[in-house]
Amino acid sequence: MAGLLHLNSTLLPSASLLLRNRSGGQAVRRRRACRVEAKIREIFMPALSSTMTEGKIVAWNAAEGDRLAKGDPVVVVESDKADMDVETFYDGFLAAVLVPAGESAPVGSAIALLAESEDEIPLAQSQAASFSSSSSSSSSSSPPAPQETAAQEASPPPPPPAPVAVSAPAPPSPAAQGGARVVASPYAKKLAKELSVDLFSITGSGPAGRVVAKDVEAAAAAPAKKAVPVAAARPDVPLGSTVPFTTMQGAVSKNMLESLAVPTFRVGYTITTGALDDLYKKIKGKGVTMTALLAKATAMALVQHPVVNSSCRDGQSFTYNSSINIAVAVAIDGGLITPVLQDADKLDIYTLSRKWKELVDKARAKQLQPQEYNSGTFTLSNLGMFGVDRFDAILPPGTGAIMAVGASQPTVVGTKDGRIGIKNQMQVNVTADHRVIYGSDLAAFLQTLSKIIEDPKDLTF
Amino acid sequence: MFSTAMSFSTTAAVVGGTARSDAIRPADLRFCGLRREAFGLRLLRSSPQAAAAKRMVLAAEATGNGAAGSGGFDYDLVIIGAGVGGHGAALHAVEKGLKTAIIEGDVVGGTCVNRGCVPSKALLAVSGRMRELQDEHHMKSLGLQVSSSGYDRQSVADHANNLASKIRSNLTNSMKSLGVDILTGFGTVVGKQKVRYGKVGFPDNEITARNIIIATGSVPFVPKGIEIDGKTVFTSDHALKLESVPDWIAIVGSGYIGLEFSDVYTALGSEVTFVEALDQLMPGFDPEIAKLAQRILINPRKIDYHTGVFASKITPAKDGKPVLIELIDAKTKEHKETLEVDAALIATGRAPFTKGLGLENINVVTQRGFIPVDERMQVTDADGNVVPNLYCIGDANGKLMLAHAASAQGISVVEQISGKDNVLNHLSIPAACFTHPEISMVGLTEPQAREQADQEGFEISVVKTSFKANTKALAENEGDGIAKMIYRPDTGEILGVHILGLHAADLIHEASNAIALGTRVQDIKLVVHAHPTLSEVLDELFKAAKVNTAVSHSVIEPVAA
Repeated sequence: MAGLLHLNSTLLPSASLLLRNRSGGQAVRRRRACRVEAKIREIFMPALSSTMTEGKIVAWNAAEGDRLAKGDPVVVVESDKADMDVETFYDGFLAAVLVPAGESAPVGSAIALLAESEDEIPLAQSQAASFSSSSSSSSSSSPPAPQETAAQEASPPPPPPAPVAVSAPAPPSPAAQGGARVVASPYAKKLAKELSVDLFSITGSGPAGRVVAKDVEAAAAAPAKKAVPVAAARPDVPLGSTVPFTTMQGAVSKNMLESLAVPTFRVGYTITTGALDDLYKKIKGKGVTMTALLAKATAMALVQHPVVNSSCRDGQSFTYNSSINIAVAVAIDGGLITPVLQDADKLDIYTLSRKWKELVDKARAKQLQPQEYNSGTFTLSNLGMFGVDRFDAILPPGTGAIMAVGASQPTVVGTKDGRIGIKNQMQVNVTADHRVIYGSDLAAFLQTLSKIIEDPKDLTF
Repeated sequence: MFSTAMSFSTTAAVVGGTARSDAIRPADLRFCGLRREAFGLRLLRSSPQAAAAKRMVLAAEATGNGAAGSGGFDYDLVIIGAGVGGHGAALHAVEKGLKTAIIEGDVVGGTCVNRGCVPSKALLAVSGRMRELQDEHHMKSLGLQVSSSGYDRQSVADHANNLASKIRSNLTNSMKSLGVDILTGFGTVVGKQKVRYGKVGFPDNEITARNIIIATGSVPFVPKGIEIDGKTVFTSDHALKLESVPDWIAIVGSGYIGLEFSDVYTALGSEVTFVEALDQLMPGFDPEIAKLAQRILINPRKIDYHTGVFASKITPAKDGKPVLIELIDAKTKEHKETLEVDAALIATGRAPFTKGLGLENINVVTQRGFIPVDERMQVTDADGNVVPNLYCIGDANGKLMLAHAASAQGISVVEQISGKDNVLNHLSIPAACFTHPEISMVGLTEPQAREQADQEGFEISVVKTSFKANTKALAENEGDGIAKMIYRPDTGEILGVHILGLHAADLIHEASNAIALGTRVQDIKLVVHAHPTLSEVLDELFKAAKVNTAVSHSVIEPVAA
């Protein structure tokens, strides 16, 4: 009995000890409760990835005054990669929301106050007043937009606000009196939010000019037809306006700029894919995709050339990664993300394909966990579906190499015995960090890779 | 000699006064063995039940309830208002051998039968089925294909109407056959134990009664500034006729009436906007239930809402312009927005119908229209004294504005009149909201229980269970829902039970019975529920509850309320 009591009483201190250790380390830091005085705790903006500096609040799952139990999801935060549910570590009452939905806050700043009992809620709310003045100044500086587009618009729906205008920005619909408000039916409003359509740009066809659901659907469908399914580009952009980056776009931009500091070089290779195509036709019924096949082949080649799987993190040493995690670049609405197939060399092709499908679904739903997108050791980027024959990719910081894959096309080739034939060939182009990967390493890797692809019987074990 | 209420056609003696002459013709009298109104069966006079009833009648006569010679009243009991409350009281009065008359100025059945429970449940039944058929995802998950589902508005309206007529005639017949005199006209109390009634254009009649029950019910409350035209701006009275299904309807008020209508309208294809004065939707429900209800009943449907606002002015649609609703902030009263919708339903509560009852003749003053009563439903006058022989039940007294509460109060009053004291425990009366899925509750909400616990110094515990854990619910693929119970861990007293889920309105009765009979959690834990049924949801609650007292007695003792 005494032992049980002892356990209970030490539980809290050890939990906070755990928290402190974790926050001291790298990676994910959830919540850190510091103020014990007045039993009002702050809920902090968590760092959801090592590159995240600020997060945008998508939605609050609880309202001020709600009672929360430990583990309840309190708020949904948009990081540079995905939307994450953040849980509360303590029981209590959500006393004050310091940063409302739609606004951003730097990592580590307080976004809400948690009171231990209902009595402390008013005290927390008075504390909140002192917070709001400091947080508003930081959040106003975070969106780096020099000019807000169409300032009269009511808050556009949360991420990403890729404005999908029907044609040219139309004059306000009759239902929107003088551009101040729009009359839209409840379902139209819901759809507009879901499909990221700007209500002010739609002309209403309902009674008295109101915007109805089918108007929103029509507006969303029109540009979607023009856009390619795995669209990396957004064909319908608001010409003549300046749109600030979303969190994800900001992260991409930052990464690309960082990569300029890395000395890279490129090596290209042409690989005959006939055998791979045959294999794909045979097993695609079992859910295997070309992406998975390429990832597996790459992983197997990397087993034999571990230096290509290494990276240079600090400019002075080789970081030899123990696992081969192939990150594959996927274009999603409004951005780019790289879900990672962990230990790709160790999994069979079918498991790999299944995992890949799960990852893509999660990526599209913006539900990827940090370790699912930032643990890659080698990146694969494929633009072959557009007919691109060759391109070179920018090396993501923290990795050693990225391979850009072009389309497999029937090509006229000369064979060794003097004949001319047609073979399906694709061009791959690897960009590598010359601090750790040298020309011969890369060339050897590519040679191995082409051998694996041209004779793919080992891919399906 | 006055004959009792149960008379046969052969002994239909004429009672003093003109009261009876226009009430029932002897040829109309039939004998009905069934007490309650639902089926209104007409049995032949020579049935065995007739003999049994005759014996009962004689027994009643023997106890001298007929007011024979004592005071010479026309009736032992006169009830003003033949709604659910009046009807329940009347039937029980007859069972107790009281000579009863009931005065109705409009239609028998009152609000419940004609403009409330009955037609709304008919519409909700239709909307429930529509919703199921249209839920492709749900159908597919069960393996069903439904090609195309549609409805004919007039047939739906007819179903509701026909049901209302049927129940109305059942009610009327059940009272008639039991010998209750149904008097037509608006009743007023003209003095102690004296009632006058009459229709417009006809001479008034005056009758005397040993006891009077006022059961005049309520009407929909329309706040000022709102113009009702019955077509585009209307109340539940009009809505239940379903004369049209608007594309976009604003519902002012998010209580259970507004919520049920939102269920009906969204299932029939309308879009709904709630206008709620308080900051939370569904303010009367337990907050946890309200939150989940919002996630299930509002968020996935074509419904949006404005909270913390009043509709200060509503103008009906005319000349092609839509209905205009001006919204003002509830606290600051400044203009917030103007809605342009196709129709507006006013569901802001119900006001008691107590004007013209002649209460001033007996020094009774209404409070916001409600008639003040004590816990025995006895009317109290302006000085706070009980007015003898005068009672008020149902919506008119405002204690608990539900149909079954009215009839329970009526029965309680009749018990008292028959000599047995009775105080109704309102905390044991369940309430239900017939949305899909249904919501039901009995007793206190969690905040109310916590408040009481703090004030009186006891602890409360809460147990919850999800419908997702219930086999039957999952078999139907209707796992959305929770049930929660608030109880005292020191005594095992059940303080409140709240259910949101499939058939919640039917499931609540186990809990309301337990509260009414004072059953403790530790005693009800061991009862067996059939498997697989939805009632196992409650079984889970009872079994999950932990009570600290040692269960030493097997006798179930009522816990002090």
